[in-house]
Amino acid sequence: MSRASFVISLVIAVATTARAADIPLDQRRSDSDFVSADTLAMQNDDIANPAMLVVLDGETLWNTKAGATNKSCADCHGDAAKSMKGIAAHYPAFAPELGRPIDLQQQINLSRVTDQKAEPLPFESKELLALTAYIARQSRGMPVAVKDDAQAKPFIDAGRVIFEKRQGQLDLSCAQCHDDNWGKKLAGNLVPQAMATGYPIYRLEWQEVGSLQRRLRNCMSGMRAEPYDFGSPELVDLEYFLMWRARGLAMESPAVRP
Amino acid sequence: MARALIHVPASAKKGDVIEIKTLISHVMETGYRIGVTGQPIPRDIIDDFVCTYNGEEVFHAKLYPAIAANPYISFFTVATESGTLAFSWTDQHGATQVQTAAITVE
Amino acid sequence: MDRNRSRREILKTAGALAGCGALLRLSIRPAAATPEMMKDAVRAVIGEAPVKKGKVKLDLPPLVENGNSVSCTVSVESPMTADDYVKAIHVFNEKNPQPNVISVKLGPRAGRASFSTRIRLADSQTVTAIAELSDGSFWSDDIDVIVTLAACIEESMH
Repeated sequence: MSRASFVISLVIAVATTARAADIPLDQRRSDSDFVSADTLAMQNDDIANPAMLVVLDGETLWNTKAGATNKSCADCHGDAAKSMKGIAAHYPAFAPELGRPIDLQQQINLSRVTDQKAEPLPFESKELLALTAYIARQSRGMPVAVKDDAQAKPFIDAGRVIFEKRQGQLDLSCAQCHDDNWGKKLAGNLVPQAMATGYPIYRLEWQEVGSLQRRLRNCMSGMRAEPYDFGSPELVDLEYFLMWRARGLAMESPAVRP
Repeated sequence: MARALIHVPASAKKGDVIEIKTLISHVMETGYRIGVTGQPIPRDIIDDFVCTYNGEEVFHAKLYPAIAANPYISFFTVATESGTLAFSWTDQHGATQVQTAAITVE
Repeated sequence: MDRNRSRREILKTAGALAGCGALLRLSIRPAAATPEMMKDAVRAVIGEAPVKKGKVKLDLPPLVENGNSVSCTVSVESPMTADDYVKAIHVFNEKNPQPNVISVKLGPRAGRASFSTRIRLADSQTVTAIAELSDGSFWSDDIDVIVTLAACIEESMH
């Protein structure tokens, strides 16, 4: 059976379903609950998890001098295990300099440009993913705790609008799969709740580490919708909504996903 | 140098069968994937993995393109004496990377 | 070259001398292999020796989550003593473009005839593991796996 016909069968199944509510807080589960035992074992073994290789690269970059200031991240932030503990669990976060929220990767670039006087790293570049993975790793086990104050609310709401919007040639919304049909099968995989607690992830489909933005673009391609650009406000708003939706769940970065 | 992770128990009793785990960063390009140009991306794989224990070969694997990216290989060996385990990965071009781990055997 | 020599040494150790013709054929590969090619690849490695079912346990998930990375463990019952041990374990597949997956050389120093790795499977197919024992006998196990395509992917990033 082709990929298209699998998705079409799901569309037919959800087409007439009325929009249900958000998943009740106590029914939320990590996406790790929906992967195979082998994949979970891979995630939980630091020697078997290929993303840990990228974390090590990030540690090297953390200690590498950069930019006109010739300073490394460590020169200002010291030991990441201390200074970055819990940081990733709070992103996306409002950046006063830009008047809107940014995600962790954008924050890394903002610090590079502003404080190191270095070039920003391209989205999805090995270097940016390595630094992101290294920093995110320092939040492992801690609860997702993005701010949802008055300043954040318009952006979280904008993210929700995208999450609930039917789009693309298949006229599907994220919510239809991940709020209304989680736990059901789509091809060989279970549909997770899309609790984005493990990013950046080693995705088996990519055979490499990638960001939540890359994964969201994949979802949109899967829905036959035009993906938002890397770094676009839409993607960051959607990330913010997803992290708010996962509030309280434990960070698992870097996770392994199919 | 590709990033590699090795797990060898730091110590063991003589005669114990110990498990060794290894992971190395490598794309293991099969040669069958079509790139953006429409042409196959050339094969680029690690095709040989050897573990020696104080110089004696205790594990040797020939890898083919069917081995997944970022090859993970775990295996067993008898803890015979204290010393060094050496792990070498060689790619199809003949380039070899070696990493070592020490073990204390009582 | 040294590496080609050692590859031939492994094949010779397994008793295959007539492999040359099959090896040459193996290098001209169509898009997908066939069960026939797998038989040729097996013959190239172990010759015409009879292979008995048993002693070998091939561990693969029956429904594969993603064909790019499938956990694979092979274990062979053996005391792994100097007189009775597993010399080699080979894994083959029948639908990937290439029939060989991995060939492992062992000896009594292994202590346990078992290894784990992650493999690629291009399609639903049968995967076979063959072990060669120190007494010259060959044993095998095989598993049928189902491989499906991922639902949400991207245009190529490469």
